[in-house]
Amino acid sequence: MNLLKSLAGATALALGLAGAAAAQDPVKAGFIYVGPVGDGGWTYEHNQGRLAVEEHFGDAVETIFQESVPEGADAERAITQMVLAGADIIFTTSFGYMDPTVAVAEKFPEVKFEHATGYKTAPNLGVYSARFYEGRAVQGTIAGRMTKSNIIGYIASFPIPEVIRGINSAYIHAKKVNPDVQFKIVWAYTWFDPAKEADAAKALIEQGADVILQHTDSTAPQAAAAEAGNVFTFGQASDMSEYAPSPRISSIIDNWGPYYIARVQAVIDGTWESDNTWDGIGPGMVKIGEISDAVPAEVKAEAEALRDKIAAGEYHPFTGPLNKQDGSVWLAEGETADDGTLAGLDFYVEGIEGEIPN
Amino acid sequence: MKLKLERRAAPSALVSGATPVLAVIATMIAGGVMFWALGANPAEAIRIIFWDPLFGDFASYTRGQLLIKAGPLILIAIGLSLGFKAGIWNIGAEGQYIIGAVVGAGVGLAFYPTESRLIFPLMVLAGAFGGWAWAMIPALLKTRLGTNEILVSLMLVYVAQNILASMSTGLLRNPDGMGFPGSRNIARDFPAAANPELIAGTGIHWGVVAALIAVIFAYVLMTRHRMGFQIRLAGEAPKAARFGGVRPRRLILFTLGMGGALAGLAGLFEVAGPAGQISIDFNSGYGFTAIIVAFLGRLHPLGILLAGLLMALTYIGGELAQTMIGMPAAAIQLFQGMLLFFLLAMDVFANYRIRLGRTEVKA
Repeated sequence: MNLLKSLAGATALALGLAGAAAAQDPVKAGFIYVGPVGDGGWTYEHNQGRLAVEEHFGDAVETIFQESVPEGADAERAITQMVLAGADIIFTTSFGYMDPTVAVAEKFPEVKFEHATGYKTAPNLGVYSARFYEGRAVQGTIAGRMTKSNIIGYIASFPIPEVIRGINSAYIHAKKVNPDVQFKIVWAYTWFDPAKEADAAKALIEQGADVILQHTDSTAPQAAAAEAGNVFTFGQASDMSEYAPSPRISSIIDNWGPYYIARVQAVIDGTWESDNTWDGIGPGMVKIGEISDAVPAEVKAEAEALRDKIAAGEYHPFTGPLNKQDGSVWLAEGETADDGTLAGLDFYVEGIEGEIPN
Repeated sequence: MKLKLERRAAPSALVSGATPVLAVIATMIAGGVMFWALGANPAEAIRIIFWDPLFGDFASYTRGQLLIKAGPLILIAIGLSLGFKAGIWNIGAEGQYIIGAVVGAGVGLAFYPTESRLIFPLMVLAGAFGGWAWAMIPALLKTRLGTNEILVSLMLVYVAQNILASMSTGLLRNPDGMGFPGSRNIARDFPAAANPELIAGTGIHWGVVAALIAVIFAYVLMTRHRMGFQIRLAGEAPKAARFGGVRPRRLILFTLGMGGALAGLAGLFEVAGPAGQISIDFNSGYGFTAIIVAFLGRLHPLGILLAGLLMALTYIGGELAQTMIGMPAAAIQLFQGMLLFFLLAMDVFANYRIRLGRTEVKA
């Protein structure tokens, strides 16, 4: 019992020490990654953001990270250890870190936390995400123009609003340029699993898909497409330019660097406040990777024009008239979707076949 | 000249006792070379992994985390060791762990938001039942149809993972979760069903208590009880066991059932405590790592207790090495692999002696 008491006392002491360490220079920024930094997709781009912070601030900021952190109990420990190691701001870069981040944020009110793609905030916990669906609109346009079989394959990860937004946005814009287009959707139930993603891509190709969109992070679908030939793909999260000019004909690139730099700067200035950031192509959080020469010039111009209109705020990818899958009206002529609906989106738009798994 | 391995009549007691220590030392040396090659100070890296979690600056926090990490490993490994001793190979503890968590959490969440002292004990029973039932599938298939329990139990892990994904996005999904996968957070939002830290800052929760009870239970069972004798006999001398009146079917049902029930319990304590919720990635490999822990501990309850703590130490220390000196996660896994490699290698020396012999020249 004495031992336990002394342990409890020592914890309190350590917490005090951490508080003291947090006040010291240089500012320390921590990053928790769900995958390995070499995944070539999601985690890779977050790590590029971290490196951008290091480059921007030089000696004024020190960064630490931990990769392949499982979501759950291990995440809570990883985040806590970063606090104890003296981190002033910690970015937790996967949805599954939401509750662990909230729990640690409650224990350490003097440390700032930023959770990617979640929705729970606190005075010392902000959330941030990117409007990837804006990029999907551009992809859908290219895909609709490029398909010859009129079958577009879509490797989906999990049935969550972010993924459903992407499917809807891509479909709406593919349909706009090619009314005969049909989507085949495979749910892979993974963010990163090269073997599963390759299987999904092969299954889609066998079903006649000649353009494949993916919401998973590995380059396995690109490899499968290259092997099959005459199948086009898009880089996901990262440019995946090693598969350009074909099968990879463009990409959605997550660009976290500017946001990370801004948030760390706010910590340095003492102006950091809990935020809810959801940025798209305009502020540069979402980038469209170079559209390769495999795409005809007029299609490229059309896609880039759409990109620029979205960036300028002149066009919203979810603009009515749009019906839900069951035929009921979602958005009237000229009406655009509000962020609240988009954040919890759980239905397909009219024309997409199949059901969202539940 | 060639090297010859010659089986010792009986394993050298001295070497047997010393091998785990020697293996750790060999790992430190080989691992140190690897860390040096990665540009780190090897002495510092080794200190961070083996010393800092226990006595470093943040030890008051990491010591508790050691118990959180070791608890499920020990609980599952104890259950597995019973079967392994008898030559019954349950490789699917990961699946039994998942199903225990799903069934236990499901029972608890069905009562949300009722506040009753009975909910948590009920969940514990449900968790054990879930794991037990999942293990009964390979057990019954083996006793009735003679299937191989290794394959069936392993394959059922993948089935369990799909059930977990389905539960996270369907039946158990948090109705207030904005459409995201994952159940309500039991640990945070449902006190009657939660498995909290029993003494703040120590890391001790009901799962750690259960692991200790399991160690004692297994020790008594194996040394004092008729069932323990039968398990050892079946493993060491299967033929003698049959003549000695051991009923293999009963043994299969008992050992697989115990393994499943303990794995299910571990899953329940984890989901209601440290993990907090059912999510698609809820399982993080405890069921597989526990197999290693069982063998590292020589299938002996006290050995498993120590092995579980050592394994937890390399996990926690490995995480520290990542954040403190930027070691990649893969290097830490390699380091853990080395530990097992050297332990197995040292075992060879305990069971065999090396002879330098002349190669016979043939005309």
